[in-house]
Amino acid sequence: MSDFTPNIQVFCCHYTSQQALAVSPEGLQADGFPAGANINRVVCGGKLKVSSLLKAFEDGADGVCVVACPEDKCHNLMGSQRAAKRAGAVKKALAELDLEPERISMHHLERGFHQEFVTVAQEMEQRVKAMGPSPIKGEE
Amino acid sequence: MIVAERKPVGEILKMISDAKRVLILGCRGCVSVCSAGGEREVEILASMLKVGRKKEGKPIEIIEASLVRQCDKEYIDSIDQWDGQFDAILSMACGVGVNFIANLRPMVNVLPAVNTSFFGGSSEQGVWTEQCAGCGDCVLHLTGGLCPVARCAKSLMNGPCGGSQDGVCEIHKDVPCIWQSVYEKMNGLGRQQEMLELAPIRDWRSAGHGGPRTAVRDDLTV
Repeated sequence: MSDFTPNIQVFCCHYTSQQALAVSPEGLQADGFPAGANINRVVCGGKLKVSSLLKAFEDGADGVCVVACPEDKCHNLMGSQRAAKRAGAVKKALAELDLEPERISMHHLERGFHQEFVTVAQEMEQRVKAMGPSPIKGEE
Repeated sequence: MIVAERKPVGEILKMISDAKRVLILGCRGCVSVCSAGGEREVEILASMLKVGRKKEGKPIEIIEASLVRQCDKEYIDSIDQWDGQFDAILSMACGVGVNFIANLRPMVNVLPAVNTSFFGGSSEQGVWTEQCAGCGDCVLHLTGGLCPVARCAKSLMNGPCGGSQDGVCEIHKDVPCIWQSVYEKMNGLGRQQEMLELAPIRDWRSAGHGGPRTAVRDDLTV
């Protein structure tokens, strides 16, 4: 288990990921962004679909983070609230499937690059390492 | 519209435990509008079932599709394009769709993925409420357009029962007494005197108590 590198899919809106994506992957990792974390950018949190988040698990994610604007400061007004609802729906779906609901988390962050963005992924990495690989990955 | 809700995924997984290939069939009618069984819900259920089956160590092949409606014969015919490609159909339509496929394709194992709940409307985004019971003998012209059959817990026809207090039904504090609402509506319309007329004992045969109902329009049956 010690060589387990969790596959973490971070879904974020254009505004919260703008600066993070401007930094090279090496630069992000130098700031502590986990090696197994991957950024998936969408135009707005409201564009995220429940099925896209579930698909990430289907495709082998051990953990999923959703990052969008603060609830009351979404560039598109309601997008980050919708993202939170959809992340909540996936949390329920995981519970229904007897999977750990903690494998998905929702975060509301200000625009620009913040250490919190890195922390979000680091925390998920720690959580997933404690839980172990996703039970649906099967033999690899 | 007909309002439905997806069944718990554990129940669905149990239904298809022997199937290796499943066709998840959505309906673009009512269940699409109430977000229970349209294209988006087909996509979500497919993903959940794939995850669930991978977890069980029994991966499953899924075909995702949806029909314009599952309550008309001509649309059901289009499922023949997937002949031989599935062991079971999981219909996300209301019970009408499941019955139609079962009626028309005797050799197809069709299973319900949703619970058909009621006839209702969306009172606000994401909230649906029952408005009509489909009783076959409408009295809305006598009650200000508000249905005592569907919206009174006891389907009373002559005003509220003793359990109505402060305009609220005794079954739950969130359920308004529809007879209070009927009174207020009729009063507002200046028609409150009409409520003094007693409703006769009702014949419930039209509500399904006389067996399955059929509607025939002779001018359309060519």
